[in-house]
Amino acid sequence: MSAVQTVGRLFLSFLELVGEVTLFTLVSISHCVRRPFYFRLIGRQMMEIGYYSLPVIALTTLFAGMVLALQSYTGFQRNAVGAEGVIAEIVVLSITRELGPVLAGLMVAARVGSSIAAEIGTMRVTEQIDALVTLSTNPFKYLVAPRIIAGVTTLPILILIGDIIGVLGGYIVAVYKLGFNPTLYLKSSWDNLFLEDVVTGLVKAAVFGFVVTLMGCYQGYTSRGGAQGVGAATINSVVSASILILILNYLISAMFFGT
Amino acid sequence: MTTPKISLRNVTKSFGRKVVLDGVDLDVMPGESVVIIGGSGSGKSVTLKCILGLLTPDSGEIEIDGESVVGISDSDREHINAKIGMLFQSAALFDSLTVWENAAFGLIAGKGMSRTAARPIALEKLALVGLDEKIAMMTPADLSVGMRKRVGLARAVATDPEIIFFDEPTTGIDPIMGDIINELIVDCTRETHASGLTITHDMASARKISDKIAMLYKGKIVWAGPTEEIDTADSPIVQQFINGQAEGPIELDISAA
Ligand SMILES: Nc1ncnc2c1ncn2[C@@H]1O[C@H](COP(=O)(O)OP(=O)(O)O)[C@@H](O)[C@H]1O
Ligand SMILES: [Mg+2]
Repeated sequence: MSAVQTVGRLFLSFLELVGEVTLFTLVSISHCVRRPFYFRLIGRQMMEIGYYSLPVIALTTLFAGMVLALQSYTGFQRNAVGAEGVIAEIVVLSITRELGPVLAGLMVAARVGSSIAAEIGTMRVTEQIDALVTLSTNPFKYLVAPRIIAGVTTLPILILIGDIIGVLGGYIVAVYKLGFNPTLYLKSSWDNLFLEDVVTGLVKAAVFGFVVTLMGCYQGYTSRGGAQGVGAATINSVVSASILILILNYLISAMFFGT
Repeated sequence: MTTPKISLRNVTKSFGRKVVLDGVDLDVMPGESVVIIGGSGSGKSVTLKCILGLLTPDSGEIEIDGESVVGISDSDREHINAKIGMLFQSAALFDSLTVWENAAFGLIAGKGMSRTAARPIALEKLALVGLDEKIAMMTPADLSVGMRKRVGLARAVATDPEIIFFDEPTTGIDPIMGDIINELIVDCTRETHASGLTITHDMASARKISDKIAMLYKGKIVWAGPTEEIDTADSPIVQQFINGQAEGPIELDISAA
């Protein structure tokens, strides 16, 4: 087979994949916005995705805020005049705009995306999804929609909490390690907190929540070939969600802050 | 002439280059229990999945109660499947739910019944297959294979379906439990006058539960007739299969099985 043929074939299978994912996405969305809603399942997924991810996200954003304060201090320590303001600004801005959503998104991809893919994948290879159909229950309605709805709604809340904890991490380092004036630091944090930044972060959060749950569901739903297939689906869900999060993060940033 | 409950006409299905079904014709009449026999990998499960809409045949016609069901919409399929119960080969119980929630699934999720209303019906069906209330509170992971099949049976019949499918109901369990399952199948279909379509390669089971037997070989039904006539069937393929002989016309596709 010639190189051109190989490239052509790869390109075709790539297009096929894009088409398949697009179709899956559209069907999923259509079931997220149409009745009936399984509120019980949505509630359970919100606990699973939101509540149980809190510790992980709190820890990640806490340390991200702490290291931000520390590093920006090392960078700015030469002109210590007004360092409180600069460091507070850097911490607040980076956490709310970028690090909060991205770190939380990646953590949720690893924790939630993988478990969704493993669970739905196992249901696929053990014919539980076929069983759903024979019991007059649409798998998109019953399995996919509750997870996506829970992801899109809980991730913004998670990230809002993560933002607060991240800023708190910066505060802890600034006040207890670098010896800044707490009142001054808090005031400049507050002065540098803009609604626009927080909203951007929350838009990102909702998008990432969608991507993580969708990729988990897609990989699980299309998995085949027993335990090995489920393993592959799990890996693919985390990798594809993580890459999509980083790409979409850039695009959303460019949309909101690009000139 | 009465309309068959299920009717297949010239159904074909291939996976890639591999032809699995090559023109299957079959009728299941109301109240009749039909068993499809055939070797492993002969396409028995594929036939069932085509009827259930889990796979789409490449060509041919499948009718349920005289209505064509090939390529119908999801919501029409839900309507059709409301008349159907299915026992999967590995039971395919939902392992995130308890036993009674499994048995009640078609009532709650499929028919929109409340949990409080569905629970007594589920317990009644579980009692029918010999499982008590203590077991009803367990999860499928705690059950033996035979028990799981019985829960799967309770789940399949909970909505009082008009048609029940059984995929290898006795495979993988001991002969005594197998016989219990056979009896349950007979009870469940005879008493409710449901039509049954079972696939198996267990001849003892096939004889016990069927009114009619059809043999699937090389993608076609090579013989079909009343159960009592199978021993005198003039098909060498059927004779080889029911007598379990290695020598005969059946070509073993060992690579596929
Ligand atoms: N989804 C599928 N994709 C590809 N091949 C399949 C699929 N389902 C079944 N097959 C193939 O079809 C053949 C018949 O399978 P099946 O109907 O499960 O056999 P059995 O008669 O033992 O139930 C097998 O060779 C199997 O490999
Ligand atoms: Mg089979």
